[in-house]
Amino acid sequence: MSNLVDFRTCPTTGLRVDKSAENLIKANAVAAVVFLSIGGLFGLLVALTRWPAVHFLPADWFYLALTAHGLDVLLVWIIFFEMAVLYFASAILLNSRLAGPRWAWTGFGLMLAGALITNVAVLRGQSSVMFTSYVPMQAEPAFYLGIILFAVGALIGCFVFFGTLVIAKQARTYEGSIPLVTFGALTAAIIAVFTIASGAIILIPTLLWSVGLVSHIDPLVYKTIWWAMGHSSQQINVSAHVAVWYAIAAMVFGAKPLSEKVSRMAFLMYILFLQLASAHHMLVEPGFSPEWKIFNTSYAMYLAVLGSMIHGMTVPGSIEAAQRARGLTKGMFEWLRKAPWGNPAFAGMFMSLVFFGFIGGISGVVMGTEQINLIMHNTLYVPGHFHGTVVAGTTLAFMAITYLLVPLIFRRELMMKKLASWQPYVFGIGVAGISLFMMGAGTLGVSRRHWDMTFADAQLPFDYPSAAYLMMGLNGIFAVLAAIGGLMFIVIVVGSVFFGRRLGQDEKPEYPEVPPQSAAVGHYGSSETLRIPGTVFLVGIFFVAFVLYYFVNWKYLSEVWPLS
Amino acid sequence: MAITPPSERIWWRQPIARVELIWICLAFTWGLIMFFMMIYWHGAGQQNLSSEAYQIKPERFAERAQAMIDNYQVREENGFPVVRPPAGSDVYLIARLWQWWPILELEKDQSYRLHLSSMDYQHGFSLQPVNINVQVHPGYDMVMTLKPDQAGEFGVVCNEFCGIGHHMMVGKIYVVE
Repeated sequence: MSNLVDFRTCPTTGLRVDKSAENLIKANAVAAVVFLSIGGLFGLLVALTRWPAVHFLPADWFYLALTAHGLDVLLVWIIFFEMAVLYFASAILLNSRLAGPRWAWTGFGLMLAGALITNVAVLRGQSSVMFTSYVPMQAEPAFYLGIILFAVGALIGCFVFFGTLVIAKQARTYEGSIPLVTFGALTAAIIAVFTIASGAIILIPTLLWSVGLVSHIDPLVYKTIWWAMGHSSQQINVSAHVAVWYAIAAMVFGAKPLSEKVSRMAFLMYILFLQLASAHHMLVEPGFSPEWKIFNTSYAMYLAVLGSMIHGMTVPGSIEAAQRARGLTKGMFEWLRKAPWGNPAFAGMFMSLVFFGFIGGISGVVMGTEQINLIMHNTLYVPGHFHGTVVAGTTLAFMAITYLLVPLIFRRELMMKKLASWQPYVFGIGVAGISLFMMGAGTLGVSRRHWDMTFADAQLPFDYPSAAYLMMGLNGIFAVLAAIGGLMFIVIVVGSVFFGRRLGQDEKPEYPEVPPQSAAVGHYGSSETLRIPGTVFLVGIFFVAFVLYYFVNWKYLSEVWPLS
Repeated sequence: MAITPPSERIWWRQPIARVELIWICLAFTWGLIMFFMMIYWHGAGQQNLSSEAYQIKPERFAERAQAMIDNYQVREENGFPVVRPPAGSDVYLIARLWQWWPILELEKDQSYRLHLSSMDYQHGFSLQPVNINVQVHPGYDMVMTLKPDQAGEFGVVCNEFCGIGHHMMVGKIYVVE
């Protein structure tokens, strides 16, 4: 079989690259970026409508655009890109051929067909039910059918990934254990199987209900199982983008994990506990017991949060150790000051790390606290939180690694390098602003998924405080900034992929600079030599911010009406 | 490197650096504190949502709400009945496309058993500017004991998307001294 596989040798890494894996990575990445641009455009329209001074779309178009935005960026862009990550982390990093490329193409075709079907259903206007499609609100059958096809395609992709791991192991294409990045991708794929199974359990009956074959779907059951898909799919993102952080740290700095054992344990925590997060969405629903809520919402005593906090130290720690081993040892922060801030892969990755931790991570834990959820549920605090995790975290990390994939996989020189060096900052700051101002508006009570915060057409009057209007105006401004950053990304990447200079067969890309497999990095995994004071300081700031913000919100809660 | 197999084949025998170990212990302890904080609040805090809920047919819930309106209506406002039920009693608030029905008038520092249910889609009970937010499902009667501790006029916004009129769905609760 293997003699039928077409390989090339990568001039940068010396790895054998299976051409069919490479083509699949390209196809999935291109589809991902196409849907990112569609979904991003819808997102801009949503933000412009929620900007009170602009109030761009009419109500029906607003709810349509919001449904399409959630679907295209939260689901389609991210999962397509994750398929590319899975194939990269298996076939390419393990030096192996890809298992069943035909199956992988079938999966890709199903995902593409499903994404198109659901998008058409939404655009026809009869399926503005939001991404969550809570029953008993009903969309067109095609809406559910498209999502199911997309999920089946993604499931096939996961099994191609598993198959490739088996093939690589049997063919001994690598020595010892799989790389940490592949381990992270494996985590993502395992969670994906759970996620898709949950999706099938609830969406197939819902599809049958929408065509009239099932008479009733209980809204509480729907919501519990839907979020076993909806929230777990965000945990796929977390695993995948943490793997991407490690990958970029390795490719840009030659960084070696501080401890393989610790980092892998942290990924394992994700597999074991992240699925409980469906409970985050059920904290103010009728009938759930406090015991159920507390155990599940805390991922069994915050063990998955522990995993993220570990990565939050080991990723920057490994970069610091690599930089120090290279001689940047002055003071606490020379390693960080002299990091390649003009390299969009590093800049994007590092901002992703910081924003995911400080904005998305802390707000998620606070909002997921059983009682505190009362003062945040379904306010704009919720989208504020998940734009911090999924956009500032996942999307920014995926954009960052795209700058490495263009030369390495697409074999094109990156165009518009100056613009590229600015892109992560424009996008990152825009998204951080979106997150923070939505969280601010949510704290003031502003509802999410809401066309008119002035309630001009309501039978009874109500006014939000004027500070809330300021928040929404700022949110609009930063959304425009983020949209500009997104457009820059698309122009640079699409331009480079189609019109960039083709790299010669043995040519190493000069940009972004990828250091050779660094020999300078010694055995700093051992307990005697590790010195990472800068990281310790940063992690200390994070911890203090976390504790303070957590208790401030208990204070807020204690001020609302007593209820029991 | 993270993109190559671990350089030490027996990587699970490598010692963990002290700084990493300290961070793991600190993060784990913090997790425990946050976990027990939720349990502690059930005893010491005053904001704990009850888990009391019943399955109920929408018509049945509407009947109970209508009975309350018939007994305790005090006036009308913009076509909405304003109801002032006795302190400590069962109070019903209907969520439907696109109204919170009726308007309630409660006494400050008195407890009420508030029942919430939807006649159609899911809705979101968002009491403003207090900022208490609870999901309302059709077919479920959710009961909570609520004790307003400030007087004034409060808005009830719907914060779960419920169709094209979602942004017009506003209700009202008065709290009087």
